[in-house]
Amino acid sequence: MTGLRTWLLPHRIVMIALFAALVLWCAMTLRWDWIPKYTPLAIEGIWRTLWILAVTTVLGFLLAVPLGLAQAIGPWYLSTPARIFCTIIRGTPLLLQIWLIYYGLGSLFPQFPWIKDSSLWPYLRQAWPYAVLALTLSYAGYEGEVMRGAFAGVPRGQLEAAEAFGMPRFTKFRRIWLPQAIQSALPTLGGETILQLKATPLVATIAIVEIYAVSSRVRQDTFIVYEPLLLLAVVYLVIAGLLAFAFRKLEERVPAKGH
Amino acid sequence: MIELLSLSPPGWGGNLLRGLMNSLQIALGAYGLGLLIGLAGAYGKLYGGPILRDLLAVYTTVVRAVPELVLILILYYVGTDLINKASEAMGYGTVEISGVAAGIAVLGVVQGAYSTEILRGAIKAIPIGQIEAARAFGMPPLLLLRRVTIPAMMAFAIPGLANLWLIATKDTALLAVVGFSELTLETRQAASSTRAYFTFFLAAGALYLMVTLLSGRVFARLEVWARRGQPSLRKAGG
Repeated sequence: MTGLRTWLLPHRIVMIALFAALVLWCAMTLRWDWIPKYTPLAIEGIWRTLWILAVTTVLGFLLAVPLGLAQAIGPWYLSTPARIFCTIIRGTPLLLQIWLIYYGLGSLFPQFPWIKDSSLWPYLRQAWPYAVLALTLSYAGYEGEVMRGAFAGVPRGQLEAAEAFGMPRFTKFRRIWLPQAIQSALPTLGGETILQLKATPLVATIAIVEIYAVSSRVRQDTFIVYEPLLLLAVVYLVIAGLLAFAFRKLEERVPAKGH
Repeated sequence: MIELLSLSPPGWGGNLLRGLMNSLQIALGAYGLGLLIGLAGAYGKLYGGPILRDLLAVYTTVVRAVPELVLILILYYVGTDLINKASEAMGYGTVEISGVAAGIAVLGVVQGAYSTEILRGAIKAIPIGQIEAARAFGMPPLLLLRRVTIPAMMAFAIPGLANLWLIATKDTALLAVVGFSELTLETRQAASSTRAYFTFFLAAGALYLMVTLLSGRVFARLEVWARRGQPSLRKAGG
């Protein structure tokens, strides 16, 4: 009720009406006749963006857990490499990392005959393994830092209680430590996942046709500049909104103390 | 490998350093512009009327949800288009817009959205009595901003602003996509004409990392300076 009422304040109604008029004006006067022709490609592009986002966040998170753990409680020979990895990933631009992996590894692999003869070679000649690798490592680097804080932030009493019950180390990690760390990191993870979504258009620079590349192709084919870009921005806004909504639902599953 | 990176023409080291200078120039300009936009935006969000506040909310939400690359393209095309139309209307004909200026303007608008949120949070963290005391003495708004608000919020804002500076340096790499010859694009050109991909990309990575680590040091010093006179967090926490 109150949520609806805040939208019905007089100045907001005027702004919404103005916005609707703007949308209508855009729909009427700008050129949208290219849409039917590019719809199949656009759907494929959105699908590819979502697919890359899902795969790299899941793999990146799986990599971030050991990275965070190593930095939080690991011995120095594990924590130092983990910290160096996170510093390097966070200290250099993602575009540079993508190009290093794609052009660097891509030029290195053909020099080894055993890689060229292996059954993986048909995949290694395509661009997407490099894109997935680069985005996964990047997400893991940022998330490793987040998980370090999350692991260190779980109250000691919880872990001591688990030990007092005689829980084996792995069970303690799986049942007590990891769930609580993930719970406390969820707001940050949500933000980082939206940042990851915003990083996906970079893979268009190594010839992967996701939604950003589709809009660039429309621009090159038809010389229409604004319309594809505006639509592209709307697509990203919608995906980011859905992600934010999903993470809020995830956070609400566990009631926070005192709220 | 050393020859490839040497500074004089057969080597490409000079190009990389020139690219680094361009990147730093844009990052500094965009960061400064972003801080100005952010300060104005934070004031608007805190003290502005309902319409201004809603407009600023739209600005920060949209800029933070749409990829920087897409924003850069939109702002770049819209900006050059508008300037050209304006100069044609005034009878000057089309103007050439320098890459540096366009990069600073575009990244500055993006940075402004993030710094609006950081500065708003920092200003809200100032104990309200300090600002009220200054008002009670009849301090004019600009003097209050300079003497009270900015010094008092610095300690709260610096961690976020340090992060934002790192984002600014890394976001300059995105201008490579629109063909501006900053460090990443120079590196790619050097790498693809010599085929020494690893050498150049690793060298550029080292340069970026150097900037990051050095600025981390500088911001740590700044934070100590901004927190001078305040009890340390650990002692205060008990």
